[in-house]
Amino acid sequence: MTTAVPSDALRAETVTITGHGGDEIEAYLARPLAPGSRGSVVVIHHMPGYDRETKEFVRRFAAAGYAALCPNLYHREAPGADPDDAAAAARAAGGVPDERLVGDVDGAASYLNGLDGANGRIGVIGHCSGGRHTFLAACSLEVHAAVDCYGAFIVEDPPEGLPKVMQPILHLAPQLSCPLLGLFGADDRYPAPEAVKLLDEELTRLGKPHEFHSYEGAGHSFFSPDRPAYRPEAAVDGWVKILAFFGEHLAG
Amino acid sequence: MCTYLTEKIAVEGSGKGATGWFSGTEAIVYVDHAVHAPFTHTVNIDLLNPSLGPAARVALELTEESALALADAIRAAVASAPAGIASRDQ
Repeated sequence: MTTAVPSDALRAETVTITGHGGDEIEAYLARPLAPGSRGSVVVIHHMPGYDRETKEFVRRFAAAGYAALCPNLYHREAPGADPDDAAAAARAAGGVPDERLVGDVDGAASYLNGLDGANGRIGVIGHCSGGRHTFLAACSLEVHAAVDCYGAFIVEDPPEGLPKVMQPILHLAPQLSCPLLGLFGADDRYPAPEAVKLLDEELTRLGKPHEFHSYEGAGHSFFSPDRPAYRPEAAVDGWVKILAFFGEHLAG
Repeated sequence: MCTYLTEKIAVEGSGKGATGWFSGTEAIVYVDHAVHAPFTHTVNIDLLNPSLGPAARVALELTEESALALADAIRAAVASAPAGIASRDQ
């Protein structure tokens, strides 16, 4: 007699994937254990690193029925380090080059597509610097849905002193390969509402499918439940929109 | 926001981190998200020695007011001591 795997059973673990330049890098994988066809989500961590909060996002996507994977973008600079130490080491070393980010997301997508049950449909999501990285990845790779949560420096001129690797990337918009969901705080300064409006207008001009929401009373990092910037109304509604968006574009 | 802006300097001296004392070789200062302090953004100061690995780090997350007060206190302490007594050429 065999016992069916419970539909809510998950497995979450650290794996090794092949990232940019063929580098072997650490990544955090979570996926449902029940057999079945499912879409996949690449989670891009924010600048403070490959941390507990980001891993919780990964598990939440698995609980929602996706295989989800977050590559450790700082693995090369700081293998095995605490996330905050790794973030400091990566910052001191100059940050993550855009080209390397794209290669690591590509490697994550390939890994996910090789898992049992993968339906070949890939979503990408990131918060803060991960929001900018999500837009960058979605303009550089063939993916099926992208969610930018308050990513800055897509549109706006950077403050003086910004490293050259972090220049605006609005010019990549014609290559956006998939629908984009954007979730922003109306009180945010980076990205400010004017920058969000410019991105919205450019995507409309280009005929790129997108859906933007700006939450009143919310600023940057409103999805972070253990930070003072947390805004439960915005975060709860944002999660509903994220899961509906991925449900529409990654199902099958 | 993630500012990406980082002030980086070479330093001489030591710090005590999670694994004990180590020689610091560089310091970075940046305004960005806090990991622990109960604020969305703080002034973050790290004393590092990259040759010893990422854990060779003393980290501070301070409000603007605290960081500026610390900078003033450093200047005041140095000014009140005999000139050069803590210099590399003491």
